[in-house]
Amino acid sequence: MKKASKVVTVLVFVFLYVPMLVLMIGSFNSSSDLVVFKSFTMDNYRALFADGVLLPLLLNSLIISVIASLASTVLGTAATLGIHRMGKRMRRFTMFLTNIPMTNPEIVTGVSLALLFAFAGQLMKIKSILGFWTLLIAHITFNLPYVILSVQPKLTQMDPNLTKAAMDLGCTPVQAFFKVVLHEILPGIISGALMAFTMSLDDFVISYFVYGPNFVTLPVEIYNYTKKPLHPKIYALFTLLFLAILAVMLLMNILQARDTARQRNSRQKARAGQPTV
Amino acid sequence: MSKELIRLADISMAYDGEVVLNNINLYINDSEFLTLLGPSGCGKTTTLQIIGGFVKPTAGSVLFDGVRINDIPPHKRQVNTVFQRYALFPHLDVYDNIAFGLRIAKLGEDEIARRVTEMLEVVGMKGFEERKTDSLSGGQQQRIAIARALVNRPKVLLLDEPLGALDLRLRKDMQVELKRIQQQMGITFIFVTHDQEEALTMSDTIVVMDKGEIQQIGTPEDIYNEPKNAFVADFIGESNILDGIMRADRLVEFFGRRFPCVDEGFAKDEAVDVVIRPEDVDIVPADGGHLCGTVTSVTFKGVHYDIIVDFHGFKWLIQTTDYQPVGAVIGIRLNPEDIHIMKRSKYSGMFGDYSSYSAEYDEIGDAALAGESEEQEEGE
Amino acid sequence: MKRQFLSGPYLVWMLLFTLIPLAIVVYYAFTDSVTGAFTIRNMASMGAYLPIFLRSIWLAVVSALICLVLGYPVAWCIAQTKPLTQRFLYMLVMLPMCISFLLRTLAWVSLLEDTGIVNRLLGQLGIGPLRLVRNDGAVILGMVYNYLPYMIMPLYTVIMKIDPRLVDAAQDLGCDGGQVFLRVTLPLSVPGIVSGITMVFVPAVSTFYISQKMGGTTSTMIGDVIESQFKTAYNPNLGAALSLVLMILVLVCVAVMNHFTGEDESVATI
Repeated sequence: MKKASKVVTVLVFVFLYVPMLVLMIGSFNSSSDLVVFKSFTMDNYRALFADGVLLPLLLNSLIISVIASLASTVLGTAATLGIHRMGKRMRRFTMFLTNIPMTNPEIVTGVSLALLFAFAGQLMKIKSILGFWTLLIAHITFNLPYVILSVQPKLTQMDPNLTKAAMDLGCTPVQAFFKVVLHEILPGIISGALMAFTMSLDDFVISYFVYGPNFVTLPVEIYNYTKKPLHPKIYALFTLLFLAILAVMLLMNILQARDTARQRNSRQKARAGQPTV
Repeated sequence: MSKELIRLADISMAYDGEVVLNNINLYINDSEFLTLLGPSGCGKTTTLQIIGGFVKPTAGSVLFDGVRINDIPPHKRQVNTVFQRYALFPHLDVYDNIAFGLRIAKLGEDEIARRVTEMLEVVGMKGFEERKTDSLSGGQQQRIAIARALVNRPKVLLLDEPLGALDLRLRKDMQVELKRIQQQMGITFIFVTHDQEEALTMSDTIVVMDKGEIQQIGTPEDIYNEPKNAFVADFIGESNILDGIMRADRLVEFFGRRFPCVDEGFAKDEAVDVVIRPEDVDIVPADGGHLCGTVTSVTFKGVHYDIIVDFHGFKWLIQTTDYQPVGAVIGIRLNPEDIHIMKRSKYSGMFGDYSSYSAEYDEIGDAALAGESEEQEEGE
Repeated sequence: MKRQFLSGPYLVWMLLFTLIPLAIVVYYAFTDSVTGAFTIRNMASMGAYLPIFLRSIWLAVVSALICLVLGYPVAWCIAQTKPLTQRFLYMLVMLPMCISFLLRTLAWVSLLEDTGIVNRLLGQLGIGPLRLVRNDGAVILGMVYNYLPYMIMPLYTVIMKIDPRLVDAAQDLGCDGGQVFLRVTLPLSVPGIVSGITMVFVPAVSTFYISQKMGGTTSTMIGDVIESQFKTAYNPNLGAALSLVLMILVLVCVAVMNHFTGEDESVATI
C-alpha cells in the first residue's frame, strides 16, 4: 500500500513536470518545432530580449497584478476587520457575497463582467470601454475573496483582548490597529497579497473577456498566439518565468521554515524556563 | 478606609435585550483591594469592563472621583487592566511590552527606561528585558502583564481572572504576590474571580454577585460569617442550610427543637434560613448531643474528614479531624455562635442540602463552570 | 465600537462587480439580441445544447474522479514526510498552477501529436503511431493535468489535520493498516475529498481552452460554446443564457456536494 502510493506520487510529479520540461528544452532548441531537437542555442533568449512585443506585454501583466493585488489587499483587509465586528446575519450575507466569485466558474465571472462593461459602455456612450480599467476592476474583484479568506483566520485566531489591552494602555482604536493588530495579521495579509498577485499574473479566462485592444496582458496574447505556430522565444519567456516563480516560492518557503523553527525554539525555551518560577 | 474613588450608580446592562447587570450600586475606595466574586455569567466581568470603558452601560452612571465618565473611551481613563490570559503583545519583547503605554504617552526614552526597570523590580522580573513573551512561563507572563499595566501609574488596576490559567501552586504564590504589590503601590485593585478562596485570601472588600445582581458586599470575614442569603452561604465555603422558625430574639427552632443563637431583629415566628458551617459542628457521643444521626459516607481530605451524617432524612456535611466509620451513630452539639440566621430569599431551598453529596460532585461542578466561563469570553 | 463600516467599500464593490453583473447576465438571458425585448427564446433553445452540457459534466466528473484517485496517494505520501520535505513537495504541487496553463497544455499537444514525442518513442519500439490527441481521452488528460493540484491541496490539508493519535487509537483497538485507512483516515478525509472534487469539477466543466486544443471536432464543451457566442458568433444573449444555466448547474452540484458532508458553509472557504 505504502509502496504503491509512493510509486503513484513519483509518477504524478513526472506527469506534472514533463510538459514543462518539454517547453524548457524547446527554449534551447534551434528548431521552432518542440518535437524535434535540432541543436542547442541561446538565440531564442536573444530574440526574446530583442523582441518589442512580449516584454511590454509582461510589463502590462505585472502592472495589473501589482496594482490589483495591492488594491485588493487594502480593500480586503479593511473588509475583514469589518466582517469581524459584524453580527451573525450580516456576516453570513457578506461571506455569501465573498463566496460567489470563488464558487462561480471563471467563465461565468468573465462573461458577467463583460456584459456589465458593455452595459456601462452603452450608458456612458463610450465605444471601447474595455481596456486597462476594466481589466483592473476584474482582477481586483476575483482577488478580493483570496485576501479575505487568508486574513480572516489570522484575525479570528488573535486574542481579542490584545486590541483591548492596547486601548487600555492609551492607544486610540487606529493606533491599536497599527501598533498591535497589524503585526498579528501580517502573515495573513502577506500570503493573501502574494496569492492575489500570482492569480492575477496568470489569469487568462476572466481577462480574456474584459481586455481591450489598447491594453493586453501576457496570458491573453499567448492565447491569441497559440492559434498559430509559436515562435520558440515564448518558450524562453516561459523558462524565465518558471525560474522566477520557483525562486520566489523557494524564498517564501525558507522564510516560513525559519519562522516555524523560531516559534518551536521559543516554545522549548518556555518549557525550560517554567521551573524557575 | 480612605476616600471614595469610583462609584457605580444604578448601572444596568443588556445585550440584545438580555439583562446581564441589574441595577448595580457600588462604591470603591482609594487603595482598596476589592474583589468581584461570582459564578460565570453573574456579570462580574461586564462590571469590570464598564469600569475599564470597554462596555457602555445601558443605564446608570460610572463616576470617577465624582466625575461621570460613561462616555470617556478606555484610552483616556486612569485605569489599566490585566487581561484574562494576559494579552501580552507577541511581536514585542518584555521591555517593549512594558514600555508600550509610556511610548503611547510620548514619554522620553530615559524616563521610560527608568520606569520599566523599576517596574521589573517590583514584579521580580529583572533580567528578562530582552525575552520574547512567548518564551515565558504562565507565572512570568502574569508578572509582565501586571508590570505593563502598573508602569502607567493608574489610579486603579483592573484584574480579570488573572490567575485562572495558572496551576494551583503558582496561583497561591501569586495571590500573596499580588497582595504585596498592591500594598507596595498603594493603589486600588479591582479583582474578578470565581474562586472564593482567592477572594477571601486577598480582598479588603468582597462583592458577591449572581445573575447580574449584587448579593452581598462586605469584608471577607463578614461574607463568610454573616452570609446574607443561601446563595452567598453556599458559594463561599460549604454550608448546611435548614428551614427554621425564629421563635424569639436569639432563639431559633429547627428539627422540632429550639436552639439558642446570637441573631436578633426578626419577627416572631418568622420563617428563616439557618446556616451551619460544617467545621463548626462538635461531635459528641450519641447520647450527649443536641441531635443524633448516622454517618453515611466518609471522605478523607488530608487535614480533615468530610463526613455525611443523616439526621431524620436530612443530610449534613460535617468536617472533623476524628475518624468516624460509616454506620456509626453520633451526636452533635451546636453552640449559639455556630448558628447563623438569614432572611428568606429567592435562593431559599436551593442550596445547602447534602443528600446527593459525593466527593467528586464538586469537582465536576467546577469543571463545568470553567468550561462555561471560557465560552462566555468567546462570546463577548 | 462600530467598525463594520470598514467593510463598506468592499460591500459596495462586490455589489457593483459581482451581484449586478450576475443580474445583467439574467437580463441578457431573457432579452432578444436584436430588439432587446423580453423573450424566453434564448432559454428555450437550451434543449439543443443538452448533449453538450451532458458531455461537459461527464468529462468533468471523470476528470475529478481520476484526480481523486491520483491525488489521494500523493497527498497522503506528502503528509508522511518530514516537515521540511512536506513544504518542498507542496510547493512543487502548487508551482505549475502559477505558470501559464495555456503553454503547458500546448506542450501536451506536442507530446501526444501523431508526429509527437510519445509517438516517436513508440515508433522506435515498433508501435503506432497511436491517435493520442484530438479525442475525449486527451481532453480528460488535459483537465487532470491542469486541475490535479486543486485536488491535492485540500486533501493534503485535511490529511495533515488528522490527529496521529487517532491512528494509534485505531491500531490499539485492533485495526490493521488497511482497516485504519478505511475506518479512520478515509472518513476523516471526506471534507477534503468533497472540496477537492468541487475545485476540480467547477473549472473542468466550464473550460474552453483545453477542449479546443486537445479535443476532436466532437469534443466541444459548454465553455467553447459560450466563448464563441462572445468572441465569434456574437450573440451575447444566447451566451448569457448558457452562462446562467452553467452557473445554476454548478451551484446545484456544489450544494449537493456540500450536503454530503453536512456542512452548510461553502467548500470554497477551505
